[in-house]
This record gives sequence, structure tokens and C-alpha cells, in this order.
Amino acid sequence: MQSNAMIEMRGITKHFGSVVANENVDLTVRRGEILSVLGENGSGKTSLMNMLAGIYFPDAGHIYVEGREVVIRSPKDAFALGIGMIHQHFKLVDVLTAAENIILGLPGKLRLDMREVERDILRLTEKYGFEMDPHEKIYEMSVSQKQTVEIVKMLYRGANILILDEPTAVLTPQETDRLFQVLRNMRQQGHSIIIITHKLNEVLSLSDRVAVLRKGHSVGSIQTSEATEKSLTEMMVGRRVDLNIERPQPVNPRLKLKVRDVTVVNDEGREVLSHAAFEAYTGEILGVAGIAGSGQKELLEAIAGLQPLRSGSIEYTNRKGHVKELTRMTAEEIREIGIRLAFVPEDRLGMGLVASMGMTGNMMLRSYKRGRGFFSERKQPRSLAERIMRELDVVTPGVEWPVGRMSGGNVQKVLVGREIASSPQVLMVAYPVRGLDINSSHTIYRLLNEQKKNGSAVICVGEDLDVLLALCDRILVLADGHVSGTVDARDATKEQIGLMMTHHDAKEAQP
Amino acid sequence: MNLIIVFLQKAIAQGIAILYGANGEIVTEKSGNLNLGVPGMMYMGGVAGLMGAFLYENSVENPVPFVGMLIALICALVCSGLGALIYSVLTISLRANQNVTGLALTTFGMGFGNFFGGSLSKLAGGVGQISTQATASAFRAKIPVLSTLPVVGEVLFSYGFLTYLFIVLTVVLSWFLYRTRKGLNLRAVGENAATADAAGVNVTAYKYLATLVGGMLAGLGGLYFVMEYTGGTWVNNGFGDRGWLAIALVIFARWRPLNAIWGSILFGGLYILYLYIPGLDRSMQEIFKALPYVVTIVVLVITSLRKKREDQPPMSLGLAYFREDRG
Repeated sequence: MQSNAMIEMRGITKHFGSVVANENVDLTVRRGEILSVLGENGSGKTSLMNMLAGIYFPDAGHIYVEGREVVIRSPKDAFALGIGMIHQHFKLVDVLTAAENIILGLPGKLRLDMREVERDILRLTEKYGFEMDPHEKIYEMSVSQKQTVEIVKMLYRGANILILDEPTAVLTPQETDRLFQVLRNMRQQGHSIIIITHKLNEVLSLSDRVAVLRKGHSVGSIQTSEATEKSLTEMMVGRRVDLNIERPQPVNPRLKLKVRDVTVVNDEGREVLSHAAFEAYTGEILGVAGIAGSGQKELLEAIAGLQPLRSGSIEYTNRKGHVKELTRMTAEEIREIGIRLAFVPEDRLGMGLVASMGMTGNMMLRSYKRGRGFFSERKQPRSLAERIMRELDVVTPGVEWPVGRMSGGNVQKVLVGREIASSPQVLMVAYPVRGLDINSSHTIYRLLNEQKKNGSAVICVGEDLDVLLALCDRILVLADGHVSGTVDARDATKEQIGLMMTHHDAKEAQP
Repeated sequence: MNLIIVFLQKAIAQGIAILYGANGEIVTEKSGNLNLGVPGMMYMGGVAGLMGAFLYENSVENPVPFVGMLIALICALVCSGLGALIYSVLTISLRANQNVTGLALTTFGMGFGNFFGGSLSKLAGGVGQISTQATASAFRAKIPVLSTLPVVGEVLFSYGFLTYLFIVLTVVLSWFLYRTRKGLNLRAVGENAATADAAGVNVTAYKYLATLVGGMLAGLGGLYFVMEYTGGTWVNNGFGDRGWLAIALVIFARWRPLNAIWGSILFGGLYILYLYIPGLDRSMQEIFKALPYVVTIVVLVITSLRKKREDQPPMSLGLAYFREDRG
């Protein structure tokens, strides 16, 4: 055993019912290093880390911290060993302030002196260069602010081994840079950091070493300096993978959707989308870029008939060239006049699928209106579910298994599969590859391209600019609810789009 | 003038039982457990205290009021605590549905109360009321001197010790919830058990303790009603819907113990208002008795409109927690 090993995991095995999450996995974390744990969805990265953090308890195997064998039964045990984990879904209490969240569960005097706590926290944030107001309530914060609270929370507890589960999934490029800077600062101070990710460029730019998991088994670990995107992908997937995203030229594009002057107001009366206008064509993929919460969700929902418009119009042109106005229609009315709009929402298990139902039941949500008899028809949805399971490689014990228990990538495949099965004329997808690994992501890109070739107008809201630039034909950029412009994805740059994401008046200022 | 003083006095007396139940439920709900067994636990606490006092008074020649009081208190706490324990084991350890379990506990508790209450009457000689006067006198003892003051004495100082104890308990409870580490942990458990767990809070222990303490408080409410309000006697179903009023008061008070104090007086007043309005027939009386619920609905509508996060119920209220649950 090496003397500079902070954590050693040996022969870790964990099953969930009949599903194997981890089988005989070994992992070593060294002092003062940033280790990437890389793997596809369902490869057991998060389960493995949850066992370090005391959320799950391993079925078999040994864990050593600084050479001593330990048993981690609860998050409390993990803290005592200096292990802190920042989960993908933040573990913060919304109605409490940042400071209250940070000291939650800590021992101390019965009486709570918040002023003293806040002073301690400010000292800590200054040391590492965080920006945070300990007084602010969590529900008032942005995603990246919440993440900061999580990190400070772990540091306040004296964590010297920090585990981050997909920390950049919800951040803008600038926020990601700032996070990485903080992580590097922490490494300098001697902390060990484990980062779970499947973004290869992040692995290469941030970490010292990479450990790769595949289907619950450890494949091995290598120095980042010896790794390339290609070699890592091969380790992760187990075979050669073409990393290039295909982008066929649009064939015979015709106007499909014309959105004019659309304004949407949210519950609090704020304009979340102001006078947005754009056009979508058949046979092309229109990307939508923007910082999270810039009106992407409202834009798609407005088209799908799920958001009432304050002003503006949405026009749909059918194959014969007739124009139909969808402006005041609900999703149901749009369907009734024979327009097939498919919408894959960001909130997969909330808006897209019913978590407690199986694949068959979820297929029926789309088709039950077609049934004529009193009894529901399950045969067709079932065969559709089986087809999706087969063609998209959905990993699940069966088509009746609750979709809420599947991993994120599989959930997305079910949802996209269902929407595409209706052969839509307009396909709208929001963050289609969020939380998905390379293989699943490429499956989704392939499906979007297929729809494009079939002559659908595809609208894709994305967060990874590299992907948008490689996949889309044109990119619409939103900034704070305004359309700041549309660029040709074939010759635009990431920096150009990044700038447009933050300044919606930039175009007007410098014509 | 005199009528107003009497009304106020009765409203407060009415309100205290509700306040006990409501604060018990606030503590319970802060841990994320929706215990609809409050009415049942109030029955259990009431009848157990009465039984303890009755058996004690019947077994000695000259019952000492103070001893009777202690016995009644202990019996009430133990019995209502047991009721809460049944609920806790079912919902926390076995993760049964909280609504069903709570309603079952209420049905059970009411049956339990009526069965033993009725049996006591039989033991006491069959017909009519039983009475535990000595013990009740300890519960009803007023504050000397102060209670003889005109007006102020009648409105503020004419109650038994349980009333004052509970005002103090409520203030302490409020302090505990908002000014201590343990209180913060408890609130976090009710808001988001997974987060509290990940932060190192023992979720199961907090849920059990909060539910048990909550049940005991509700039991004290029952005891207050039996001993101080009705003077140590039992009438089957004499409780009416005070248990449900307690649950409504939790919503009315927006889960804050201090709000529950004045809310309970308001509820108590509204509940007995029909007695003070002349010329009401039976059906009108029932409508007046429903006023507290109307007020609760109004509060619900207003808080829903205002959408203030702090006024909402604990976020994971009604949900069981299992650490290794995926999804």
C-alpha cells in the first residue's frame, strides 16, 4: 500500500435488487491530487462514491482511509473521516439560509449563535476565494451559488477529501472555469478531490489521474498526462468510438415554424421571454444556446402550447404550404388539428414521464386517446416499449419496471424514443444529453439527425456549446429572455456565442 | 362588559386543549410526519389520566390532590406516547402511509377512550358520571391573590397550571425550533430528510423523538380537557372535534408555535361563539361551530396567493424516508 494513499477501496461490491451497481471495484485516491472517475451512465460511478460518503453501504469489500480500515455507515461517519460529497442534486434545504445549511447537523452548543457562524464562514470564503452571502436563502440562489454553498459546507466541516458528482453539468463555461480555479486552490492546500464526470475535456484539463469504470467494474487508472480523449473513450466504452458528430447538409429546407414577438411572463410577473422571434425550417437542427434560465424552457413550452403568451404569434406551415396559427392553442388542440409536435422537456421525470410507471404505461400516455374501447389497449404500447428497449439499448429489468428507477441516460432514451415514435413534424428537445455518457449522447445525436433527415424541424436547447456547434445547422442565442441573435453553426465560434449569451444588447451596441 | 370577560375566559379555556394538540402536531410535522392521529392521542391521554386518577382515588382513604395530579400526568404522557409510538413504528420504521396510519390511530384512540371511559363509569357504580374531584381540584387550582383581581384576574389568572405551563412550553418550543442547533436539524429533517441525513443528522431519531413528544403534548391536551375543562369526569365523545381543530390550527399558525397561541384563543372563541349569540337554532349553531375551519381555509387561500416559502408546510411532510431509495 502506498504511503501517500488517502483512500483505498478494495473489492467493493454493491447490488440493488438484481441490478449490479459495482462488482469487485478497486480505487485509490492519493493525497493532494485531483482524480477523475470516468464512466458511462450506469457504470456505477455515483454508487461507488456514495459508499465513500456513507449514503450506501457496500455488500462486500474494504475501505481504507490513510491506511486504516474503516466502516462508513452514515454520512456522519464519512465527515468524521474528512470525506465530503457534493451530490448532483444538491443536498440543501431551500427555506434555510446558506449559513444554516452549512452548519446543519454539526455538534455544538445547544444555543445557536448565527452571527458567530457567519463570521467563521466569511473567513473561509475569503481564504478560498468564494463569493457567497451567508444570509441568503437557498431558494433565492442560482445553481452555481448553490454549488458554492455545498462546497463551503464541506470545507466548513473540515473535509479534506472532496467528492464532486458531475459538478459542471449545470454551469456556464465561465462558472466552470471559476469552479476549476477553486478546486486547484484546494489541491494546493493539500486536499484530495474526486470528480465524477463524463466530459473528457474537463478530465484532461483538470485532473492528475483518471480512474475508469465500465458496467460496474474498474477498468483501471492512468495518469492524465498519458491520456487522450480517444484512449479514455476506449477505456470507458470498451471499444473504438467515433467521437465526431455527424452533420448532414439540410435537404430542401422549408419554413415550418415562424415565431414572432413572443413574450411570456412568469408567476411573479417578470418577463422571462421578451419579444422573441425566429424561424425553424424542415430538415435542419436549430440549436438554442443561453445561460440556464434565460427563457429556453419558456420558449419551447410556448410553442408546445404549455405557456400562455402575453403577446406575439406562432405560425405553423404544413406540407402543402398552408399556414396555421398556433398562438392561443393548448397542446391538446394542436394535436387535434393534426400537427405532430414532440417535446422532450428538461424535467424528464416531472413533465416527460411518470416515474412510478413502467415503459409500457409511459408509452400509453401518448397513445391512450387513440383507443376506442372502454378497456385500455396495452398490446401496442407494449410492443413499442419493447422496440425502444431493443433499438436504443435501454438497460432495465423489463418494460414494466418503473422508469424512475432507471439511470438518467436510460430515462432519456425512453422519453426521446417515445417522442420520435410519433414521427413528429416538429421535434423540440431540451438538454437532451444532460447527464448522459458519450455512448448514450451519440445515440441521441444520431436520433436527432435521423429526424432531421426525415424532414422534421428539430429545435435543440443545449448547454454544451461544443456539441451545439458540431450538431446544429443554426444556433439561436438567448440572453436574459431576449434573442440576441442567430448564428450559422458552421462558422461561428464558442467565444462569439459566449459573448452573445451574456449581452443581449451587444448586437445593437455594435452593429 | 361582564359578558365579554366571560367570553374571553371561556375562549382561552377552550383554546388551551386545542393549543396543546396543535403544538404537538407542529413538532411532529416539523419532522416531516403528518400525524392525523392527534384526536386519537388526545382521547388516549385524557382517558388514561382519568383512569390513573380514578384508581388512585378509589384505593386510598383520603386522596392527596397533588399525588393524583402526578399520577394523572404520568398516565396521560405514557398512554399518548404509546399511541405516538405505534404511529412512529408504522410510518418511520415500516414506512406505512402516514395518512392511513394517522386516521387509524384516531379511530383507535377514540374507541380506546370511549371504551375505557365507559368502563370507568361502570366500575364507579353503573349509572351516571364518574368523578375524580380531588385530582381535578389540583388541576383547577387557580393562582392565589392574582386571580381575585377584577377583570385582569378573571381573564388572565383564573386558570389551572396546565394553561400557564403550556404558554411557557410554547415559548420554549419556539425558541428550540428557531434558536438552537437541534431545532435547526429538526426543521431540516422535515424539509428535506435526505439533505439532513447527508449532513449527518440522525433522521430516524429525530422523527421518532419529535413524533413521541408531539403525541405526548396532544395527550396533555386531552388531559387538560378532562381534568380542568370538565372537572375530572368523562362523557363519551365529549371531545367533539377539538382534535381536528388542533390540526387546522397548525395550518392556521403556519407551523409557528407562537402564532398558535393567539390562534388557539381565536379558534376557541369562534368555537363557542354560538353560545353567546342569542336566538340560534341547532342548525345555525353547527354553522357557527364550523367558523374555525372557514378561517383556516381563508388563511390557506391567502398564504397560497402570497406564495411565501416560509409559510408553506415542511416540504417532505407526509413522505417516508429511506436512505438507499433510488429515484
